[in-house]
Amino acid sequence: MIEVNKLDPKFRYEVMRERGGEKISHCFTCGTCTASCPVNEVDEAFNPRKIIRMIVLGMKDNVLNSDFMWLCAGCSSCQERCPQGVSITDIMMALKNIAVRNGITHPAFQVQASEIYKFGRLYEVGDLNDRREKLELPRIPEKPEPIRKIYELIGIDKLVESEEINQE
Amino acid sequence: MKYALFLGCTVPTRGLNYELSTRKVCDKLGIELVDIEEFSCCGFPVRSTSNEAGFVMAMRNLALAEKQNLDIITLCSACAETLVEANHLAKNDPEFRNEMNGKLKSLGLKYNGNVEVKHFARMLHQDYGLDKIRAKITTPLDGITVSTHYGCHYLKPSEIYDHYDDPENPHSLDELIEVTGAKAVPYSDWQMCCGGSILGVKEETSLKMAKKKLDSVSSKDTGALVLICPFCSVMYEGNQKKIEREFETEYKLPILYYPMFLGLALGLDPKDDLGFKLSRIKAKNLLARLENR
Repeated sequence: MIEVNKLDPKFRYEVMRERGGEKISHCFTCGTCTASCPVNEVDEAFNPRKIIRMIVLGMKDNVLNSDFMWLCAGCSSCQERCPQGVSITDIMMALKNIAVRNGITHPAFQVQASEIYKFGRLYEVGDLNDRREKLELPRIPEKPEPIRKIYELIGIDKLVESEEINQE
Repeated sequence: MKYALFLGCTVPTRGLNYELSTRKVCDKLGIELVDIEEFSCCGFPVRSTSNEAGFVMAMRNLALAEKQNLDIITLCSACAETLVEANHLAKNDPEFRNEMNGKLKSLGLKYNGNVEVKHFARMLHQDYGLDKIRAKITTPLDGITVSTHYGCHYLKPSEIYDHYDDPENPHSLDELIEVTGAKAVPYSDWQMCCGGSILGVKEETSLKMAKKKLDSVSSKDTGALVLICPFCSVMYEGNQKKIEREFETEYKLPILYYPMFLGLALGLDPKDDLGFKLSRIKAKNLLARLENR
C-alpha cells in the first residue's frame, strides 16, 4: 500500500542528480528491464521496473530500506535493452550510493570497502605470495596507503570497520 | 606488442591458473607484459559505496600506466568495465576529468587520457588477430568441443566499449575457440549472468543463477565451459560442488580460463605451464582425448 503522506516527491530529482540517473523520467514502464533481468529470472524479489516506478512515485523510505538495489547483479542487460535509454544499472548503483549517504549500507559491501581500505585490494595476498613464488609468479606488494588517502579525500573512510583497522 | 598487465584483486589470489596461463601464452605469442607494482583494486567493488571513490581509484590506475606510456590489458571483466568506463569519461567529459584530476593531485598524479584499456580476450581477437594466432598453433584441437561464457562486463554496457562485438549476438570468444581447431557448442542459457556480484547479498539467488547455466551447458556434448572472468569462475567452478550438493544434481563440468585452452593449442604443457593441476574440477577427459589422438 502506498501511504501518500510518506512520499517524498523530490526523491526522483535526488536520483536524477546522480551519474546515470538523469533519464529516469523517460521510463514508460514497459517492463523490458524486468523481462531481461537474470536475477528476476530466479528471484522475483528483484524487479527493476517496480523499483523505477517506486522512485518516480517518491517512495524513498521503502526503496532505501529494502534489499532491492543490493540484489542488482550489475549485468547491464536491462540498460542495454531499455527502449527509452534509461540507465537502469547506473540507477541501481546510484541508489546504493544514496542509501550509504543516508546511513544504510549492506554488510556485504561494507566488508568489501573495509578490506580494500586495509589491503588496497579485495583480498589479502599475505601468505599466498609464497605460493605465487613457487609458481614463478611475481610477489604482490601490499600498498594500501594511496587507497586510504582516496577514502579520506571522498570521506568514506568513516564507513570502514574502524575497530579492526585500529587493532593492526 | 607491450602492455601493462592489470591483475586486480581476484586473479592474483583466486585465479592463479588464469594468471599463469596468460603469462605463458603471451610469452609464446611474443606479447610483452609489464607488472606495475603500484596498481591497486580497479575500484569496481567500492562503487557500490561511492561511485566517486571507485572512479578515483580507476583513474589512479590509468595515471600509473600513462606514466610508463603503456596501454592496459585486464583479465577480469569487471576490472575491464570499470577502467574502460573511467577512461571513456576521462576522454569525453572534461568536467569529469578535471574533477578526478583534482583528487589525484594530492596523490601526485594526473591522467591526460592517453591510455587504451582492453580485456585480454578483446586484445587477442581485435589487435593480435586470429590469423597471427593461427600461425602459432602447433597442436590443433580438432575434435574437441567446449562452450563459451562471455559474462556480462566483457561487452556491456556496449556504449563504453564502442559497440565492439554485439552483446545480443557475440562471436569474438567463439572465434577465439574455433581458431584452435576446436568447436564451440551453443547452448540455450548463454546470456545468463553468473550471479557472482550478489553472492554476498543473497547466496541462494546467486547459486540459482549459476545453476541455470550449469544445467544448460551440461545438457550439451561439451568438454568444458571456457570463460574469461575470475568471478564467473568462482561461481561455476568454486561453487559447483556446493550447487551439486544443495540442488542434488551432478555436473563435474571442467571450467577453463581461455588462455589455458589456447595454451594447449600452442603446445604448452597443461600441468607446468597452464595450471591445470590447480583446477578443482579436473579436465581429465579433455586432456585424455588430446593425448590419445
